[in-house]
Parts: sequence; C-alpha cells; structure tokens
Amino acid sequence: MDWGTILGNAISQIASPTTAAYALAAIGISVHFGYTGLLNFGQAGFMAIGAYAFAIATLGFGWPVWAALLMVILASVVFAFILGLPTLRLRADYLAIVTIAAAEIVRYVVSTTGLTPVTGGASGLSGFSGGFYALNPIPEGTYGFGPFTYTADGWWVRIVGWTLVAIATVLVWLLMRSPWGRVVKGIREDEDAVRSLGKNVYSYKMQSLVLGGVLGGLAGFVFILPRAVQPGNYGTALTFFIYTLLLLGGAATVFGPIVGAMIFWVVLSLSNGIIVGLVESGIVSFLTPDQAGQIRFIIVGVALMLLVIFRPQGIFGNKKELSFSV
Amino acid sequence: MRLAVPPALRMPRGLTLIVATFVAAVAMVLGLGVAGASATSATPAPPAEGAQFTVGGIIQAGPGNPIEGAEVLVEGNGIEETGVTGADGRWSVALPGPGEYTATLDPDSLPEGIEPTQPDNLTRQVNASTTSTINLLFPVGEEGAAPVVRDEGALLADRIWTQVVNGIIFGLFLALAAIGISLIFGTTGLNNFAHGEMVTFGAIVFWFLSAAFREMAFPLNVILAGVITLVASGAFGWAQDAGIHKPLRSRGVKLVQAMIVTIGLSLAVRYVFVIIFGTGDQTLNVGFSGAVDIGAARVSWTSVASAIISAVILVLVGLFLTRTRIGKATRAVSDNASLAAASGINVDRIIRIVWVLAGTLTGLSGVLYGLYRGVSWDMGFQILLLLFAAVTLGGLGSAFGALVGALFIGLATEVSAVWLPNDLRYAIALVILILVLLVRPQGFLGRKERIG
Repeated sequence: MDWGTILGNAISQIASPTTAAYALAAIGISVHFGYTGLLNFGQAGFMAIGAYAFAIATLGFGWPVWAALLMVILASVVFAFILGLPTLRLRADYLAIVTIAAAEIVRYVVSTTGLTPVTGGASGLSGFSGGFYALNPIPEGTYGFGPFTYTADGWWVRIVGWTLVAIATVLVWLLMRSPWGRVVKGIREDEDAVRSLGKNVYSYKMQSLVLGGVLGGLAGFVFILPRAVQPGNYGTALTFFIYTLLLLGGAATVFGPIVGAMIFWVVLSLSNGIIVGLVESGIVSFLTPDQAGQIRFIIVGVALMLLVIFRPQGIFGNKKELSFSV
Repeated sequence: MRLAVPPALRMPRGLTLIVATFVAAVAMVLGLGVAGASATSATPAPPAEGAQFTVGGIIQAGPGNPIEGAEVLVEGNGIEETGVTGADGRWSVALPGPGEYTATLDPDSLPEGIEPTQPDNLTRQVNASTTSTINLLFPVGEEGAAPVVRDEGALLADRIWTQVVNGIIFGLFLALAAIGISLIFGTTGLNNFAHGEMVTFGAIVFWFLSAAFREMAFPLNVILAGVITLVASGAFGWAQDAGIHKPLRSRGVKLVQAMIVTIGLSLAVRYVFVIIFGTGDQTLNVGFSGAVDIGAARVSWTSVASAIISAVILVLVGLFLTRTRIGKATRAVSDNASLAAASGINVDRIIRIVWVLAGTLTGLSGVLYGLYRGVSWDMGFQILLLLFAAVTLGGLGSAFGALVGALFIGLATEVSAVWLPNDLRYAIALVILILVLLVRPQGFLGRKERIG
C-alpha cells in the first residue's frame, strides 16, 4: 500500500473543483433547509439544470461564457418557480416528494433518446468548456507544492469555483443578518407566527427557493468544468450526498457547507484509498476491487444516520437553532 | 375498544367501492384470459415460453390468414436470434434481460404474393425494461391488395389493451408495497425512504433461495422459498422498527430527522446489496412456464399467477384492516394516536405489527416484481418514487387510497408508453403526481385537513 499517494489524493480533495461544486450546492441547501426549513430534495435537479443550461447554451447556441452563465441563472430561477408554485403552500413532506420527483423528471428528460440531438441522451455532452478555459489568464505551466500541484487550467477552474463559493458564503451571511434573513428564519421556527405579523410567507419561501436554486444551478456549472455532462451523475444519491455533508458541517451555519464538503471528500477519498489498497495488497480477500469501491457509499449512509441521530446540528451548529421542526 | 374506532369508520364505505371495482377488473382480466387460453391451447407452443423477457407477435395477412415461416431478426445486448412464425402466425424470441434491442422483419421470408404493408418500417426499436412481454406488429398484406388489412385504429387499440393489462399487473405489485408505505406513514407519520430496499430485499432473498432449492420439484421449491422470503422480509421490517425507529421515537427525534435516517439506511443497505449481489440483472426462473392471451395481450402465466396472488393478498389486507381487532386498532392509531392510546390501545405494539406487516407485504411485492422483470440491486429504489407517487395520489396515510393510487400509477406508466418514448414512462407518473397535487393536494381519498 502506498500511503503517500493515498494521503496525497485525500488531501488534494480539499481544494478540488468537485468539492467546490458540492460546497456551493450545499450553501443552496442551507438556504432552503437550514435557514428557511424547506425540505428541498431536488438539488440534484437544480445542478442538472445548471449543467445542461451551460452546456447547451455553449454547444447548441454557440454563446459566450457570460451569456451561458446568465442562461444557467435564468434556467434555475424558472425551475425554482415551477417547483415552488404547486408545493410551497403544502406541508413539508409534500415539498420533499415533489422536489425529488421533479429532479428525477429532469434526469429522465435529459437522458431520453428522443432528445439526443440536444442533450446527448444517455451519454451526455462534452467539449463545452473550451470558451471557459480560453479566458484563463494564467500562463501555461505547472504550479504549486505537494499534493496541490496543478496545471494552469487546473488552477483556473479551482480559482473560479472557490471564488463562487466565497461570494455565495458572504452573500448568504449578509442576507441572513438582514431583516429578510430574520423573516426567513422565523418561517423555519413558526410559520403561523410570521404570517400573523403580516408577512407573506409564500413569497418569502419562493424567494428562498429561487436563491438556493440559483446556487444549485451554479454548482452544476462548477461541477461540469472538469468533466463531461452525464445524466447518470444527477440521480437522487447526489442530493443525499449534499445533505450528508451539509449536516456534517452544520445546516444553518456560515462555514458548515464548506467545511462539510471538505471533510466529506477527504474522508471519502481516504477510506476508499485504504479499502482499495487493502484489497489490492491481498490483506482483505473477501472483496473484489469493484466491491471495495462501493463501500464508501455504505460509509456515507451510516454516517448520515449517525449524524442525524447523535449530532443533528453538525460540527459547528447550535443545537437550539436546528430543531428540525416540521 | 369500540369507542376508539368510529373516527375511522369512514373507510369501509370507500373500501366496498374499491374492492368491487378491483374485483371486477381482475375478473375481467381473468375471464378474458380463460377465453384466450382455450382458443390457443390447440396450437403449437411458441419457442420462448417461460422466458423472463420475450418479444413476439402475430404476423397475419388479415384475420384468419396467419403467415407461416416469416422471419424476424432480433439483435442487441449480445444476442442475435431469429424468430420464425408458426402455423398460427406467432413468433417470439427470448431476451437475456432488460435492454435495447432491434427487431427486423425479413421481407424475403414472406411467402409469394405477400408483402409488408409498411415497407419502410421493418425495423423496430424494442426497449425491454419493466414490461416482460413485448408485442410487435408487422402489418403484411397480399401484394397489390388494399394495403392496410388491420386498420391503424385496431392496431392502436391492441397496443393500448396490452399496456392496460400490463399496467394492472404492475399496479398490483406497486399496491402491495405502497400499502406498506401508507400504513407506516399513517401510524407514525414517517416517510420511509428505505422502502425501496425492502422491495429489493424480498427479491434478492427469493433469488438466493430459489437458486438453493433448484433441485426440488416445481411447486415445493416456490412455496418453500416464498414462505422463507416472507418471514425474512417481515423480520427485516421488525428489525427496522426495533433497531432504529422505536429508539428514535423514545428519544423524541423529530419526523424530518427520522426521514433523513431512512435515507441514510436506504443508501447503506442498497450498497450492501451491490456487494453481495453485484450490479447485473438476474432473472428469476421458478420452473413455471407458459403464456396466455388476454385479448390482444400475451401475458406469461407467472405474471397472471402473481397478479392473482397480489389481488388476493390485497383483499385480505382490506379485510384485516376493517374486520379484525388489530386492524381496527391500526386504523384508530392512524386516525389519532393519542386518542387511541387513551382508549387502551398499545400504540407501540400496533406500530411494531404495522412494520412487520409492511415488511412482509413489501417483500412479497419484491418477489412478484422480481419474477416479472428480473432482479437487480436497485430495482426497489427505481420504483420508490412511483410508490410515493401512488401513496400521495391516493391520499397520504390512507391504505385504500394507496391501492387506488398504485393502480392509477401502474396504468399511467404502461399506457403512456403507447405514445411516449419508453424511457420517459416514469417521468410521466411523476408529472401526473405534481399536476394532481396542484388541483387536489389531499389526493383521491385523503382528508382535507391532512395537508396542513
């Protein structure tokens, strides 16, 4: 077993663009679930919308990067309205089922063979990130130290991803300190009390859904920069991963989503590296390498259960703030 | 005891109606089945009977003029097989499993003077997913004769009928599992996201047992494997309540938290299945073969038997809920747990019984669904949202609503495949779910105050 490689791979996950994408999506969920109390189980759908909006605007319409990004935001807003209109007046568990259903509808629609010319069907889309990398101001070459050594393009995608995460974090932090944030948190604690103060609860919930949804759409954009768009990536498991890391960090906290995403990916990479290493070196003989790759999902599932039962407020959270009051 | 029940007495009236509709539907299907069986019994058996997935059809130049010896080439998923029509014009090819196939009619194999009426439509895409028997129609006619012997309308009607029969069968399987979700939701308020894994559990246990009992004679192996599977499924439900949800209730853990726990459980259990079962599809073959014509639809006897078993069990569950003391107590707990507890019902015991019952019914649903479409590690998770859609459409917490919702979802997924691409069939069910929530949020049979 090569401990150096395993540790290096695990540590480099801290800054990976995938971690940034997960953190961004988790900030969106923290707006929905942590602050407003909306049980959005369709964040994978928002990410799929963002990813496909960017890829189709670039490949299909030949738009520049800034216009494609506007498309991402617009598509996320529209999806949030479609989702919110029928469900935000209903009880929380209805919203959970409808959002998860809507995310699955998106996945079925983008992977249907009839739409292959537009969405690429089951094999997805690729080759859309040329315009993004053409904007890279960093000169060619390899920079960095230790496990954090990347090419110029590697740095560019990380800088953009984490800048978006930082902007979202500051934005959400400022919003939650504002009067708007106090109303939204009031809705989470007691909807009827807020309604009796004359606030339009439905409208506030919709604004929150749109804000978190746009963050989810941007997360989809960051997610696809280092890879192709593939419909299989946007299953319900993606949403549940994001919930796990959000609950790990703390659902209603400023840095919870970021630290949660980092810990999630480091632990996942580390445990996967160790298990695969043990199997390959013959110490564990009852598993094949393929099976060993699945163990991390079992770890995530068990971690999610234990977290919710024993530390629902996460690492940073305040237990009083997150009482899951539904 | 009696005092606790009246709030829930609203249900039996609904039940009578549902059971009547339901029995009528099953009787209709079976009645046609018997008629169809007697009509085909004299003809030679098609080659692929008893296979899990088959594609086939009748090639005839008008009613009563079947074409013998016509060849249809089926390709894809590693097979390349030719189906040849028999004296009755029937052909069928067994498929190794779900997947994409193409079927091509060879025009040269048609007898002199007969030609396809749609010469540019000889290759068809076949998508085997949930429907185990796929009918294809290649219209042929005499050369130069009026081209369409069986007109478009009749062909369409045949396809719709086939999908209606498939939809009822699929809906019955869904109903068994959906009633489990509904009972658990009704008594505890919990949305159980690990329910799909209970379906898969039943199918996988049955698959292992039927492989272990391969040496045994036909009826004994199925009965033994089935009984052990049901006991194991009931134990799985018991374990979930005893190991997870009872302690959570005692700690006063909120419902959303408990729901996220079931999501974690679902993820963990699903990947345990991958490790012990693998990612491939396996077919269940219990040595029960043959098929029957129900009108234009050809359905394997396994599916017919499964549908009958589902129907009988569903009626029994209905009787259990309305006629027995425990069933009445279950409905009382669903209605108002505190009131039920105050009138002397042991709520925790009822919830435990509900979990065991739900586990058993869902395991049975897994066995029957596994016989219908094969076993895979995520088969239950794939239909989990359809189950939620069924329960929500019927009315959250109403066991009889779940039956109506499941039949509706089963029909919607199968019948929509007549007009829409096969890979969108689940999406349709979910779109319907959202549309129904817009106009009638409490579902077909739910009470208005439930939506809160």
